[in-house]
Amino acid sequence: MTKKIATRDAYGQELVRLGAENKDVVVLDADLSKSTKTYDFFKNYPERFFNMGIAEANMMVTAAGLATVGKIPFASTFAMFATGRAFEQIRNSIAYPRLNVKIAATHAGITVGEDGGSHQSIEDIAIMRSLPGMTVFVPADAVETAAAIKAAAEIKGPVYIRLGRSGVPVLHGDDFKFTPGEAVTLREGEDVALIATGIMVSMALEAADILADEGIKAMVIDVHTIKPLDIFAIVEAARKCGAVVTAEEHSIIGGLGSAVAETLSEHQPVPLQRVGMRDTFGESGKPDELLKHFGLTAEALVEAAKKAVAKKSR
Amino acid sequence: MEQKIAELQERAKTIRRHIISMLCEAGSGHPGGSLSAADMVAALFFDTMRLDPENPEWQGRDRFVLSKGHAAPVLYAALAEKGFFPVEELQTLRKLGSRLQGHPDMKKLPGVEMSTGSLGQGLSAANGMAMGLRLDGGDQRVYVMLGDGEIQEGQVWEAAMAAAHYKLDNLTAFLDYNNLQIDGPVEEVMGVAPLADKWRAFGWQVIEIDGHDLAQILTAIEEAKATKGKPTMVIAKTVKGKGVCFMENQAGWHGNAPKPEQRDQALVELA
Repeated sequence: MTKKIATRDAYGQELVRLGAENKDVVVLDADLSKSTKTYDFFKNYPERFFNMGIAEANMMVTAAGLATVGKIPFASTFAMFATGRAFEQIRNSIAYPRLNVKIAATHAGITVGEDGGSHQSIEDIAIMRSLPGMTVFVPADAVETAAAIKAAAEIKGPVYIRLGRSGVPVLHGDDFKFTPGEAVTLREGEDVALIATGIMVSMALEAADILADEGIKAMVIDVHTIKPLDIFAIVEAARKCGAVVTAEEHSIIGGLGSAVAETLSEHQPVPLQRVGMRDTFGESGKPDELLKHFGLTAEALVEAAKKAVAKKSR
Repeated sequence: MEQKIAELQERAKTIRRHIISMLCEAGSGHPGGSLSAADMVAALFFDTMRLDPENPEWQGRDRFVLSKGHAAPVLYAALAEKGFFPVEELQTLRKLGSRLQGHPDMKKLPGVEMSTGSLGQGLSAANGMAMGLRLDGGDQRVYVMLGDGEIQEGQVWEAAMAAAHYKLDNLTAFLDYNNLQIDGPVEEVMGVAPLADKWRAFGWQVIEIDGHDLAQILTAIEEAKATKGKPTMVIAKTVKGKGVCFMENQAGWHGNAPKPEQRDQALVELA
């Protein structure tokens, strides 16, 4: 297995680098700086770091105010509280006025682990992608995270970046080129397209290996930008493979699976299977145990791929 | 000083006339809380704040956030009178395609510093502005107007805590204490008293004034400017619907537009 790094760690490091490069970058946190890794920024640039206490609603709108005077605020907390507790603040004070606020939310998905279902955000992609003008990044590894954070700082407008707590394999080399809104084809294939986001991308690659052993050639697409969605790449993959599987550490309602289903229904209807949380909340457990328990594994992707392929031939 | 106050009183009256006319033309909107805030808004826009209508994005300007965004007409009237856009445009309020949205939209109308209207959020935004301007070493000041019903929102107290914690002495807040909200008297709907004690306990400098007395308003603004190490809350006792006898102290005029004959009657009073 390759080296594992949590995307939140990559975020903390990239923030420090950005802070040196751009004096307008400021960071806000809601008493979770050691968990979200914004603490590294605080240590380097204390005057540009604002701990807002356990008050996410106020934090989001304070970030909006900072943006109106030319700052580039990164506001961090757990995905649950960022997009759940402070949804209406993000909607009305950040997205509606299209302010230049970056919401870097960590501890997304079930790999939060032992803290349990109350802390496992499985709706945040759905919530954020429904907001007009919101860019939504879901990086798959440390390299993508650093690139997404850098890109977020350059984008003029609101950006949501979904980050995780647990270590994930590093998929990309130093030469990786990140273009917002452009999905990355990690593996070519012609029988089924595995379209994945976040930590599920590495599992899609594993699944493609297993499928190859069984004679099924799977294409693997890494959708690091949920919005704007790379409709072209998705339609082309569906056209070429004739069957699609989506994979996300998120509810299949409203997330990547929904976004792909919407796209395919309009442009290129093909059999589709969605792997993700199936209208259920998470629970306490070790991240790996939880992924198995809820069917977010390479094996589950393999099964889904076979189902999709079978439907194709009907 | 007396002449200045007479001029500001005249400005406030003009603002009130615009409020009545534009709301009548719009056929909907919020006169009560617009009229109660008119004197404070007149003082800020025509005496206190450094603004450049020719260059609305000028970095050196002071900022005003209308946290009680439903009182948009009072802000629009002041901005038009100040020269940010033509006065005639006030008649487009709330109409399709207008820059004058039902609640202030910073992306549409020059001079609007923050999109507001969803209550309880403006103070947080003002805090952010004050923090950012101070970081750049500027001497700009940030002003924010809250409603008394609005402070029932919990976020206001999160922001109150933060402003004191970060010692935002470049921030002055006004509380338009007209004691009425949509469903009735504030103390009946959800009591907020004792206001001064609450804000003091949160670490603010508190000044209590008559929000229709321009001399008191100007003095409070100066006192706030001179206060170091903490933000200032000006609790301004006001009359909802102030200046129009049949609207004064009537909760029913929170969100109802005057009919043409009511407009005419109001404009006679405000002549």
